[in-house]
Formats: sequence, structure tokens, C-alpha cells
Amino acid sequence: MIVGLVVLAVVVVLALAVIGTYNGLVQLRNAVKNAWSQIDVQLKRRHDLIPNLVETAKGYMQHERATLENITKARNLAAQASGGGVGEQARVESGLSQALSSFFVVVENYPDLKANQNFLALQEELTSTENKISFARQAYNDQAMSLNNKIQMFPSNIVAGLFGFKQAEFFEIEVAGEREAPKVSF
Amino acid sequence: MWEQIRSNKRKSIALVVLIAALLLGLGYTIGEAVVPQGGFIGLAVAGAVWAVMSLMAYFQGGNILLAVSGGKEITHDDHPQLFNVVEEMKIAAALPRMPKVYIVNDMAMNAFATGRSPDKAAVAVTAGLLGKLNRDELQGVIAHEMSHIVNRDVLLMSMAGVLLGTIVMVSEIFLRGLWHSGGGRSRRYQSSRGGGQAQVVMMVVALVLAILAPILAKLIYFAISRRREYLADANAVVLTRYPEGLARALERIGGDSAILAHGNRATAPMYIKNPLKGAARHATSLTSTHPPIEERIRILRSIGGNVSYAEYRNAWAEIAGKGRAHMPASVLAQDNEAEVRKTREGAPESGGRRQLRDAGDLVRKLNGFTFLACACGLRFKLPPDYPHDAVKCPRCGRRVAANPGK
Repeated sequence: MIVGLVVLAVVVVLALAVIGTYNGLVQLRNAVKNAWSQIDVQLKRRHDLIPNLVETAKGYMQHERATLENITKARNLAAQASGGGVGEQARVESGLSQALSSFFVVVENYPDLKANQNFLALQEELTSTENKISFARQAYNDQAMSLNNKIQMFPSNIVAGLFGFKQAEFFEIEVAGEREAPKVSF
Repeated sequence: MWEQIRSNKRKSIALVVLIAALLLGLGYTIGEAVVPQGGFIGLAVAGAVWAVMSLMAYFQGGNILLAVSGGKEITHDDHPQLFNVVEEMKIAAALPRMPKVYIVNDMAMNAFATGRSPDKAAVAVTAGLLGKLNRDELQGVIAHEMSHIVNRDVLLMSMAGVLLGTIVMVSEIFLRGLWHSGGGRSRRYQSSRGGGQAQVVMMVVALVLAILAPILAKLIYFAISRRREYLADANAVVLTRYPEGLARALERIGGDSAILAHGNRATAPMYIKNPLKGAARHATSLTSTHPPIEERIRILRSIGGNVSYAEYRNAWAEIAGKGRAHMPASVLAQDNEAEVRKTREGAPESGGRRQLRDAGDLVRKLNGFTFLACACGLRFKLPPDYPHDAVKCPRCGRRVAANPGK
């Protein structure tokens, strides 16, 4: 009788611990998802802005066809990768960031383009989107780190393994001077 | 972030208790002094005044402040840059909702935040600020205001302000009442009731307290406000990872001599720069809501290659030369180091006169001005209350219809 009660108590405590850990993991996974959607919104926004930018710049920059084509190519690549893995997206988005920053360097030689109101508005939106991506990225990586810690650490790793929780990928943009937004002047 | 809010809450409770104790003590003593055994009446009166003022501030604080300053809410299309910068800082600070954005029709450079919780937050900037800062500088200012929201300084300072206001009011009423009654009545009390000794003692204590309590409460209030300013600066640096932006903004704001038309004593702690007249001269004194601007700039400039609360605290200790830590320990415990963003090449200058004019035009548009163009090419604006149908062009003298839309 007493042995039975002790066993029952142990089972109940264990079950409660598993439930608590499981719920904690779900909470973290949702937080990661939510943080990722913040980045995703901004990435999509950037994809939407770029065709307009290329269209506006085309008329002024006949001699920079290659630069413009590069941006379009990088943008299409990034748009295709959207919805895929975080690591893959980070890679192609880095390419896009790079293409954009070399574009904004070239823009310095075209004062007419720099005076175009439409272009200025697009430039502001792109700068801001770039900043938002970088601020949202930090929040996402923090959340991903908390989830991964919980998945790897004892004893929550047992529960995570039992229910097949997967570690979150970090979103790292690997560009030289990556924290710089495209060079912009107003 | 959570730790920070909790530590702030604990502090705000301690503060409220401290100043509230001062207020209730004052009420009790005055009650005892005026009516024998009347301590609890005084207590109740002081408590009631405080409760009413608190409720008013709690439910209407933000609106009153904005109404007084004449702010107009804007959307993304009115001023994309300002709106975007606020949104960027909202993401960086992980606020649950986008704060409302207001522009105040004033050419003095200043900005403030309101809203007792992050859900109900609003930031407002003056047209002067918008017209004179570049993007990075604006970001620094907005980050500072956003930090006030995240740290719940708005709630903290408005509650403290209400208590301070109540103490000042109660003391004033007592001292004036005493002056007018000339103390004659209390002497009559003494003779008729015999046990006047205690009454006299109470009267002296009440008198001293009524003079000292407002001063003491003010000193506590200002000290806390200055600390919140340093914390908001540190927080802004962590949010933007770019101390130079805020430093340059403060430099420009400090060099600006225009004074805000609606500077308000009660709301002063929420501004980026003390909005009150003559504040600059007494900036180092104990009775200022803000630390001196030059000191804030020097602290920001001495932050090295990494930003964090600890880094800011070290810079602060070096510049201010005082050993005490301003950062709550819980903030430092949660600290993350991040690299300072590099200054952009060919750092964008602010747009000069044109940017200033655009900011002025935007404010006039928001305030219902009519924009007219004369055939001679001159463009000018009419205020919404312009009474006539037509106006003479100031350059060529032609008559221009005042309401082209109608």
C-alpha cells in the first residue's frame, strides 16, 4: 500500500515535471517563430521595394546595367529562398545586402538620381528596412539561443528529445561591415 | 529587459512610499496643530487630495500633456523618416505595439514620451527638432524617448510628480491659512482649553514640516529624474549601438537657444532636454530634472568600441567622477556587449534650410494651413482662421483666392 503510494507520487511528480518542461519548450518555440516572422516581414518588404528602385534608377544609370542586373538577380534569388530554411535565407539575403550597398556607392556619381523625389523616398524606405532587419535579427537570435540552450541542457534535453524539438538556426548575415546599412546620404 | 522593469517597479514603489510617508506625516501634523486630536482628519484630507490628483494623472496624463503641447498625430506618409525611425526603435526595444507619433508645432528643439504603459505609449518631437537633425541623430533622440517608455519612467515620474504637487499644495494651504488667521485663534484655544502646551509644540513641528517637506520632496524627485535620464541615455546607446548619434543630437539640441512655448514643470522629466526657462543656467544644481548636457555628451563620446550598460556606467564614473553606480544591478546582470556601429562614410548631413522649411510646412499642413501659389511664382501659407476670401500677394500685389478648393 505505502509502496504503491510512493510509486504513484513519484509518477505524478515526474509527469508534472515533463508537462512543465514541455510547455516551456513550446513557449520558446513560439517565441522564436514570432521573432522570425518579424524578420520575414521586413525581408519581404525589401523584396517588394527593389523592383521599384531598379525601375527608378534605370533611366539615370544607363552605364550601370551590370550593377542593376546584379541587384535584380540577388533579389529574385532571395525571393525564391523565402519560406526555406533560416540558414539558406541568411545566405541569399547577405548577397542582396551586398549588391545593394555596392549600388548605393555607385549612386554617389549620379546627382540627378539623388535629387529624384521618388528615389529619395525609396532610399529612405530601404535604409529603414535594412535597420529593422538588423534590429529584429538581434531579437530573433536571442530567442533562438534560449530555445537551443533549453534543448541542449539537462534535464530538459530528455523531454526535447522525446517530443522531437529541433534547434533553431541563427540568422547571421555575413557581409564585411555587415552592421552598416547601405551608404545613404540625404 | 524584464529584470529592468521589475527593478524599476520596485524602485517606484519605494519612492512612492517615501514621498507618500512625507505627505501623510505632513497631513497628520497639520491636523494635530489646527484642531486638537485632529491628526486623522488631516491625514484623511491629505490622502483624499492625493487620490484625486493621482487618478486624474493616471487616466489623463498622456492626453493632457499632448493637448498642452499642441501635438498633432502623424502617419507614415506625413513624415516617412520620423515614422520609420520610431518603428525601428520599436523593434529594437521589442515594444508590443507601435507608439503613436506626434509632431509639436514649436521651433525649439525637443522631444518627449508619454503613456503610462508601453501599450499606450506615444512619442512627440518638435518641428524644430525634425528640421535640424539628420537621420542618425533623430534615431538617438527617439531611442532615448523609447527608453523612457520601456523603463516606465512616464508612470514613475508622473506618480512622483503628483505626490510632490500634493505636498506643495497642502503646505501652501496650511502656511497661508496660518498667515491669514494670524495665529490669534490658536492662542484663544490655549487659554480656554488648558492643555495648550502640546498644541504649541505641534504647531511648531507642523510649521517646520510645512516648510521643509516640499523642499525635501523636490530634491528626491529631481535626483530620481536625473538618474532616469542617465539610464535612458545608456539604454538608447544599447538600442541604437551608436552613441555618436545621440551625442551629436544632444550637441545640436544644447546649442539651440529657443525655448519651448509650452514647457511644463510637471512633465519636464519626460523631455530629452529640460524644457524650462533658465534651466541651462542652473543645470548643475540639485534642482534640475536633467543632468548637464555637456556631461551627457562627454559620457557618450567616451564609450569605446562596445556598447552595454556596464560600458556606459564606466564612462559615466570616469566623467562624473563619482564612484556610485547609476545602473540598477539587475540591468548590469542582464548585460550583453555589442559592437558599436561604425560611422557611415560621408556621414549624411542634415538638409539645412530646406529640411527646416519642410518641417515647418509639414506642421502647418497638420494644423490646417492653406498653401497658396501666386501667379508670380511666390508660394505662401495662410493660417486656418484667416477671415477673408482673398489675400494680396506680398510680392506682386495680385489678389489670390484664399480658398482655392471652394
